Amino acid sequence: MTSEPFGDLIERCRAVEDDLVRRWRADVAASLRGRVSEIELDKELREILDAVLSAVSAAEGADTRSAAYGEARALLVDLSRARALQGFSPRETAVSVFALKKAVRESVGAGEEFLAFSDVIDELALFTFETYAKAREEVISNQAEQLLELATPVVKLWQGVVALPLVGTLDSARAQVVMEKLLQTLVDTGSEYAIIDITGVPAVDTQVAQHLLKTIVAARLMGAECIISGIRPQIAQTIVALGIEFGDIATKATLADALMLALGRIGVDVAAEMSKRGL
Amino acid sequence: MERLPILKIGPMLLVSIQVDLRDDMVIALQEDLADRIVDTGARGVVIDITALDIVDSFTGRMLATIAALSRVLDAETVVVGMRPAVAITLVELGLSLDGIKTALDVERGMRLLSSAGGVGR
Repeated sequence: MTSEPFGDLIERCRAVEDDLVRRWRADVAASLRGRVSEIELDKELREILDAVLSAVSAAEGADTRSAAYGEARALLVDLSRARALQGFSPRETAVSVFALKKAVRESVGAGEEFLAFSDVIDELALFTFETYAKAREEVISNQAEQLLELATPVVKLWQGVVALPLVGTLDSARAQVVMEKLLQTLVDTGSEYAIIDITGVPAVDTQVAQHLLKTIVAARLMGAECIISGIRPQIAQTIVALGIEFGDIATKATLADALMLALGRIGVDVAAEMSKRGL
Repeated sequence: MERLPILKIGPMLLVSIQVDLRDDMVIALQEDLADRIVDTGARGVVIDITALDIVDSFTGRMLATIAALSRVLDAETVVVGMRPAVAITLVELGLSLDGIKTALDVERGMRLLSSAGGVGR
């Protein structure tokens, strides 16, 4: 079976391949505004054009999901992933494929067979776009995961005192990570006091308070005391307005006050400690 | 039936839970512990649950019951070595074990008992 719908389009394309690639590259380069080098682009587009032309001239050339398009699809996956990771916009990525249509029309001419070829390019462009979107989603979910881990450091302030400076909004997923990290640190370091500093938490609602209370009760069950510090005036207002009860949990305005309280309860004499270390 | 050993260390009793708890073992432990507190006149009980990695509401209630029971017999209870995952589970179950003393490890638990309540004097 011959590829009827395309007639002699493929042969004509092959004959003017260099001209085709040049036109295509010019369009793509204009939209990318020099962020990919001409030589790189030339190589990339030449490979794709070659793969697409061979796929179209194969049997069942109109079906872009057939095995003949394997190589073309693989190249487009590489292209769209690279574009997504380099931070190119959706338009810039799509133009890379769509511009081929214009190049073919200008150098080979628009005829009956061009419409069939145009359909193929549309399909391939859609495929490129799908891959692009998928790659972008991967980037976003990776970043979200990294943020979750980065944003919860537990720092040791003194022998037996750790601090957990919270920065950013506290949602359920993050609260869970924070809780586990804090409790694990208490076990690992054998600390009896933990200071949770909420200076960097933009807003405290009932849900955030609930998460904090759960963490504190869990720490108590393990034999450690928690002190909440860094309560800003507005936050204090909100807490009172919402009727949140912290019960017998110690709350302090600043981290310094909380540390003093913890040191006092442990019975540390800071001056004596300093002279012991020769400071 | 397996029974959990209760060790006497000075004026305190130490129960170290090393195996997965079954409900009948828990009930036996409550009875044994009450007997031992009376026999030895112990003033403190340290329950070490470092090795416990699974708890349910029954285990949680067991700890509360033992604490209440010891208090009636004039002995303080300290639960030590609770793992983070266990603590989170108990909180999610809504068991905050109010009135039970806790400590990070056995040593701190015993120190807590001997500093408070005059145990060990």
